[in-house]
Amino acid sequence: MMSPRLQALEVRVQLGATLALDGVSFSPQPGWTAVVGPNGAGKSTLLRVLAGLQTPDAGAALLNARELRDWPARDRGAMIAWLAQQSEASGELSVREVVHLGRLPHLGLFTAPDAEDDAAVDEAMIATECSAWQQRRLHELSGGERQRVLLARALAVMAPLLLLDEPTTHLDPPHQVALVRLLQRQARAGRTVVSVLHDLSLALMADRVVVMDAGRIRAEGSRDDPALHAAFVDVFGGAIRIVRVGDRWVTVPQLEMN
Amino acid sequence: MTTMDTQRRVRLVVGMAVLTLLLLGAGLAAGSEGWSIAGLMQTLNGPDAALIVGEIRAPRTLGAWLTGALLGLAGATAQGLFRNPLADPYLLGSASGASLGVVLVLAGSTLAGHSISLATADALSRVGLVSAAFAGALLGVLVTLTLARGAQQTVRLLLAGVVVGVVLSALSDLVTTAAPDALRGKQAFMLGSTGFLGWGSCLALGLGLLLCAPLSWRWARALDALTLGEDSARSLGLDLARVRIALVGSLALATGLAVSQAGLVAFVGLVAPHLVRRFAPAPHGFTTLASAGAGGALLLAADVLARSLIAPQEVPVGVLTALLGGGYLLWLLHRRRVA
Repeated sequence: MMSPRLQALEVRVQLGATLALDGVSFSPQPGWTAVVGPNGAGKSTLLRVLAGLQTPDAGAALLNARELRDWPARDRGAMIAWLAQQSEASGELSVREVVHLGRLPHLGLFTAPDAEDDAAVDEAMIATECSAWQQRRLHELSGGERQRVLLARALAVMAPLLLLDEPTTHLDPPHQVALVRLLQRQARAGRTVVSVLHDLSLALMADRVVVMDAGRIRAEGSRDDPALHAAFVDVFGGAIRIVRVGDRWVTVPQLEMN
Repeated sequence: MTTMDTQRRVRLVVGMAVLTLLLLGAGLAAGSEGWSIAGLMQTLNGPDAALIVGEIRAPRTLGAWLTGALLGLAGATAQGLFRNPLADPYLLGSASGASLGVVLVLAGSTLAGHSISLATADALSRVGLVSAAFAGALLGVLVTLTLARGAQQTVRLLLAGVVVGVVLSALSDLVTTAAPDALRGKQAFMLGSTGFLGWGSCLALGLGLLLCAPLSWRWARALDALTLGEDSARSLGLDLARVRIALVGSLALATGLAVSQAGLVAFVGLVAPHLVRRFAPAPHGFTTLASAGAGGALLLAADVLARSLIAPQEVPVGVLTALLGGGYLLWLLHRRRVA
């Protein structure tokens, strides 16, 4: 799959009195990129700008060199799947009906879904292991189960660009690992995956990592990059250490703080 | 859609269809002497069958169903659009607008020395009242949309609706203070009544339903997407401003028509979607249309009761719907608290 090119160029976003993004330039590469940083760093705002949900006050957000706001909404929706940080989902839809909403950019409001849409929905539910409760309602599920359904909804778009804001929220450790494997599979299939993650050890399993602080990108690089690790520790005020465990980097709390 | 869901939806539709047919029959049988099948047969065989059944009971019964259907449809649309199960079709200023329209006509006619009473209004006066109520309802919604600067933001739309409701109600109170004779007419209008529905009303209501039902149904998938939150719906390629304008238009037309023909019939638009969701949870496409059916059946039942409870007197149908609907919501609240 050839992934379209998404770019944020010198993006500035002011949210009330807060400068959420201060001249951020970022273009995710095909593969999986994790975005990390302390609370209020601007991670979610960056993802919203890249999804076309937040218009920059200055700078530009481009999809294939064309401003995101100039794209027809449905075309943009079919190319960029976005998962919200906090689920607002409510209502009486069954799990399967919720996942089916992911096909909306391909169908529009007035076309009935066909076998291809059903297949995409099945595939997304299998990938997130939620096929077993497709008849249940969203409000009958636990937080982790809901999160898997909403993730399946995002996957069902079958978009080449996946923007996921805190996809591990409410997930138990086995499902967090399953999610990492899923994101890695999506990346190997040629998709561009960008996920905001609070679990720093999970973030260090991504192909690339972006470290943000105070509305700016402090570092961007591969997970093995020592300069990235230094920025990583720095933005969290030295409260963590990054150590090697087997073939992985993991973060541990720095208990002996100066 | 799963088998269990399909079964529940089929059961609901069949149940509502049977109930509606029975209520239609009951509506034809309910006269000033109360409710009776024998009475209906006697009336049908009598010399005035065409007048009593054909010109009074039949249009009133059908009109009650159509009014309830429009309110149920508008209620389901409002609750989906505002993502609030307590949203009411009158939320966007249509009720207070319609009420002001009626009060203005009543006060104007009194000042001109030609007093109109709702109960005894001639055909021309009724057309004037109905038109004023309809124009007032649409004007209320338009002012709300203007104040909210379009339909871009749900919260702004809701707040504007509340403000318009309060201001227009205050204006209508001001008018009734200056022309107290209009107060009685206003009160009758606020209580809601199916007593004035004729074939002309049925035609207007039917055409409104034929226009609004497909419109709401076709845009219902947007309401499904809105259950995920506004940002998620936008990320799925929905132009929310367009969606809101289309649905608010349908809502305003349905409510305006219903209010103009039958006054402020309370609770039908609020309760019908709740009943549908309780018996058969479904996407908005089904819920919207089924709520129309449920709203029709509810108002029809209330109309039959209103005519029969203290015959030959009538209970204002809006009082009954408020009592039944309010009672149902209280019961729902109690059940939730127990659960």
